[in-house]
Amino acid sequence: MKLIMKKEFKIISKIIQNNKRVLDVGCGDGTLMEHLKFNQQNDVRGLEPIKDLVQKCISRGLSVIEGDAEKELAQFPEKSFDYVVLSQTLQAFLDPEEVLKQLLRIGKQTIVSIPNFGYWKVRFHLLFKGTMPITKNLPNEWYNTPNLHMCTIKDFVNFCEKKNIIIDKSLCLTNEKISEITNNNMFYKNILSQLGIFIIK
Amino acid sequence: MNKETKNLKKLIINHSLELDCGRTIKNFPVAYETYGTLNKNKSNAILAFHALTGDQFVTSINPITKREGWWTTAVGPGKAIDTNKYFVICANVLGGCMGSFGPKEINPETNELFGTTFPVITIRDMVKAQIYLLDHLGITQLLSVVGGSMGGMQVLQFASLYSNRTFSAIPIACSASHSAQNIALNELGRQAIMADPNWNKGNYFKTTLSPDKGLAVARMAAHITYLSKKGLQEKFGRKLQDKGSLKFSFDADFQIESYLRYQGSNFVDRFDANSYLYITRAMDYFDLEKQFNGNLSLAFKNTKSKFCVISFSSDWLYPTIENKEIVIALNACGANVGFVEINSDKGHDSFLLDVPEFLKTLSEFLNSTYNEINNEKRI
Repeated sequence: MKLIMKKEFKIISKIIQNNKRVLDVGCGDGTLMEHLKFNQQNDVRGLEPIKDLVQKCISRGLSVIEGDAEKELAQFPEKSFDYVVLSQTLQAFLDPEEVLKQLLRIGKQTIVSIPNFGYWKVRFHLLFKGTMPITKNLPNEWYNTPNLHMCTIKDFVNFCEKKNIIIDKSLCLTNEKISEITNNNMFYKNILSQLGIFIIK
Repeated sequence: MNKETKNLKKLIINHSLELDCGRTIKNFPVAYETYGTLNKNKSNAILAFHALTGDQFVTSINPITKREGWWTTAVGPGKAIDTNKYFVICANVLGGCMGSFGPKEINPETNELFGTTFPVITIRDMVKAQIYLLDHLGITQLLSVVGGSMGGMQVLQFASLYSNRTFSAIPIACSASHSAQNIALNELGRQAIMADPNWNKGNYFKTTLSPDKGLAVARMAAHITYLSKKGLQEKFGRKLQDKGSLKFSFDADFQIESYLRYQGSNFVDRFDANSYLYITRAMDYFDLEKQFNGNLSLAFKNTKSKFCVISFSSDWLYPTIENKEIVIALNACGANVGFVEINSDKGHDSFLLDVPEFLKTLSEFLNSTYNEINNEKRI
């Protein structure tokens, strides 16, 4: 089976590999789950608040629960998944800190990706246009964006440090190219990357 | 009612079954029906469980009532549960009145109808009886067990008792333990029957009379609980029945009154009052959580079955929150579970009606499960 999958999902799939237990939080239409389940033989569950998407997942043979992560994560036992995935959703929660805490509790490892608010186009937009940034990754206006808590790659790394969260791996996507974030290149990556992907525990 | 059930398809269970009440039954009939054809590797069998007033006639014309089967919207050729593809089995529950062992059957020890001397049965008893039917049909693993309302309770009980006998389970609009409100509503129905002098302590079959009025009232009350306020308002509102103005009497002025009366009188033609008492009791006694000392997730420990829990937004009899408790318990033990709440104004009855989103979910879940089990190529 060939799936058209975005680069980010390819990277996440590669990290997870085969025969793992995975929870995809905010799994959408199940594209990543489907790949993980049928092409990589993982045991995958999903959580998704939008009914239509849940139905789509169920029809694809995926076990997805309709529900809001801010309420539903508490029901999953500690370390019950090898990986918990949260793709570009952290910024949309009312209480991202609590959600992250739950993810870390449930998963042996957690993969979090964030749209980088430090990306140069975002900075430019605000600096020169003087209005809230709209980019390919952040397509909404300030009044209808689901994103409540935007952060930069640097913000996220600082946050993990402050909360004693161990970052096993920091990756970033720059024009569809993947590279590793280190202390040395952080300044540039925080400007040049659209997306940060972190493996934390 | 005393419709002839003698010629219905029945299996006489030769085993003895110890009921939850302590009594043991043996050589008892389980009436059943099947639809579709069992495939070669026996991987397409679905056991459907009926609800309180259902029977084994899931689809097509019921030969006794001459009406369409209770789940014709969902089961049949080309339907969500496609009988061209799946082999669908349904049995009349213990305590029922469509040929299975129930209060309307003859007690071989006394040669009289059981009436209220029939043992009180439970959901677990019902499910245990049906496993013999699967053995008889030579089915070791079902593709799925499916049912709504009391049928959903049987799904849960089955999945708990015989998790290795089904690849998947679809509990719909149900609960793992009957709520106080639902016990209260069932009690209302039972009291209506027992308050009818014709009930005669359950011995009405010895007379020419039957507690039709009581049973009809029980059905009317229950029927209201199957609908939603919004649904009722939209369908009936304050519309009058075949008249231009109020008649200042106690006749059925309003359409809703007439509708309920019709539902009540229709029901007594096809259902036995004592059966109604027994089956509602079984529902009230259902408490899967208690079977596992208050920890529902233990009911599903080590289950390999794939679950799809479905609830309806306007169902106040088995509300989403109660269905979600099942999901939470399944998640707590790491079971494979999906859950969706279907938007519908049609109340608890939604699972029996033409609710496209529901039927689509049902169809697609079964289809993907079937493909998984048969290792078919995915598109």
